[in-house]
Amino acid sequence: MSQAAADNILELTSLTKRFGGLVAVDNVTFNIKRGEVFALIGPNGAGKTTLFNNVTGLYTPTAGRVVFDGRDITGSKPHQVARRGIARTFQNIRLFDYMSCLDNVRVGRHVRMKAKVWDSLFKLPRERREEERVTEEAMELLRFVGIQRQANQYARNLPYGQQRRLEIARALATDPKLLLLDEPAAGFTPQEKVELMALVRKILARGTTVFLIEHDMKVVMGISERIVVLDHGEKIAEGPPDEVRKDARVIEAYLGKSA
Amino acid sequence: MNQAATAKSPSPPRRFNLRERIRDRETAVYSILLIVAILFPIVDIYSNDGGTADVSQATRAGTFVLLAIGLNVVVGFAGLLDLGYAAFYAIGAYTYALFASLQLQSSPLHHAVHVNFWIMIFVSMFVAAAFGAILGFPTLRLRGDYLAIVTLGFGEIVPQLFYNFDNWTGGINAIGLIDQPHLPFWLQGPWSGDGDFKVVQNFNFNSDPVAFYVLIVILIALAVILVNNLYKSRLGRAWMAIREDEVAAAAMGINTVTTKLLAFSIGASFSGFAGAYYAANIALVSPDNFLFLVSITVLVMVVLGGMGSISGVIVGALTLYFVIFYLIPGLPQNVTNFAGTIGLSDNVANAISDATTRLNFIIYGLILVLMMLLRPQGILPSRVREQELKHAAVQEDEAAVEMSHQG
Repeated sequence: MSQAAADNILELTSLTKRFGGLVAVDNVTFNIKRGEVFALIGPNGAGKTTLFNNVTGLYTPTAGRVVFDGRDITGSKPHQVARRGIARTFQNIRLFDYMSCLDNVRVGRHVRMKAKVWDSLFKLPRERREEERVTEEAMELLRFVGIQRQANQYARNLPYGQQRRLEIARALATDPKLLLLDEPAAGFTPQEKVELMALVRKILARGTTVFLIEHDMKVVMGISERIVVLDHGEKIAEGPPDEVRKDARVIEAYLGKSA
Repeated sequence: MNQAATAKSPSPPRRFNLRERIRDRETAVYSILLIVAILFPIVDIYSNDGGTADVSQATRAGTFVLLAIGLNVVVGFAGLLDLGYAAFYAIGAYTYALFASLQLQSSPLHHAVHVNFWIMIFVSMFVAAAFGAILGFPTLRLRGDYLAIVTLGFGEIVPQLFYNFDNWTGGINAIGLIDQPHLPFWLQGPWSGDGDFKVVQNFNFNSDPVAFYVLIVILIALAVILVNNLYKSRLGRAWMAIREDEVAAAAMGINTVTTKLLAFSIGASFSGFAGAYYAANIALVSPDNFLFLVSITVLVMVVLGGMGSISGVIVGALTLYFVIFYLIPGLPQNVTNFAGTIGLSDNVANAISDATTRLNFIIYGLILVLMMLLRPQGILPSRVREQELKHAAVQEDEAAVEMSHQG
């Protein structure tokens, strides 16, 4: 493996997803480097979330390859992808509504736990110890995103902003090397957006690479090191924020409408 | 977590605080159930001059409690609607019946098999669990209504198979004279039986309702402990996560296929347990004992008691059993007696009694409807169901308010 390849945590090669006649993601190629914040932007319906779903195994790509951490994960099942070290949040929050916040995060820890059916059935000492450890770790993560006081509340009873945070905590519980955030700032107040950017930087400091979809240009320009722009499923630009901002095709397709 | 805290910090010594314990509803319910379970046979036998009819009724109720606990794992925890649960019950019962009776002598095997009950109860459990996995496998992609229909089909097929493979199962003639359990030899010392050192009676199950009663209480206690452990474990959380949102659960690394299969087979294993016990208790199994009505009854017990709440489904099972097998069949007689005591003539009393006999099912239905109207969340709901219903009610109110503003 070349040095460049080892630096890349995620490599997408000619990724294509078709739904019948519709090409949702069209021959997209880009790499994400270890330890950066990488943003995916584009107008509504550009295929951003579809691309996420292809990476996380919810969809199987029609063509192309997804290589994560030097390993081909194209067509893997979602739980296998999570085990490899990719975690995600969802555009329309998908928490386990009628489970406590603590339990939501503990479910995230599932994939790193070892207890088998027999251990749980008979509450063997090692299962007990693991449960205690996982509870501690889950509380730690709730503190990390700042909602430790809501630990015993049902997820659905949290205010919107805290639900977004809980979803991030749950994703972090899987010990991801790469965290996919699908529009994490949607519906946030400016203050909340600032807090979110601080949180993303903290996540980066833990050694997790962040790959996010975002509409809010301030957030994207503020935290991401590189950006890929999708339009109608095609990649139309890639580069640092300053360059992308000046790109004629991007302005036409996307920024032109908002700026 | 509490235990961890107390283990590390020596400062506050943990005391057994009775009042705090009782405030914990689950503990209170289990304690009451246990006390009732112990006192019931003593009081009942004493007050009936040694009659054990009620106790043997209670053992039947106990099998339904076991079934409800098992179905609750599938329906309440994992959210998979199973309408063919009696099939596993049948499989458990037939497994024991075949290997602990004379039946296999008249089968193509030409040799009767008599395996000890204590071994067979676990064999039955594993056989039922295996069939749970077999049923689970093709249904994994199905959800909600579709899953319900497939399980319904499975529930219909299994009794038919037992009918039609009659050279093995005896078909419509049923299997009778099934072996009774005996306590293992190490318990059957000189202190038991008729010997000189006799302290207790011989531990013989020979259709002694009290022995079966003790056995079912122990089995239920065991089931409650095990299911409760599962509920609070990694697997229990995975089940609930799948119930709440399957896509998100998969994205969090839960293998939804194996997790659902486990729900099916662990749920089925409890009915295998119950089936073997039932076969030993009644000493006769026929395909007629495992029809759709049994599946539905157990499902109603689970819903009525409070889906997802272990103590709830126990209470639900006991309540419904009491209604179906005690209250309703006894109603005509009670009505006649009541009519007699308030001075109505025999003719009128008999007419009323006839009417109640004919209206049996309507009365049963009415009782169900009333119970669901009064407590839609179940008798002892899990916190989840309570919240869901509250939430739905609030939404309805809000919608109504909005409507009135618009109007």
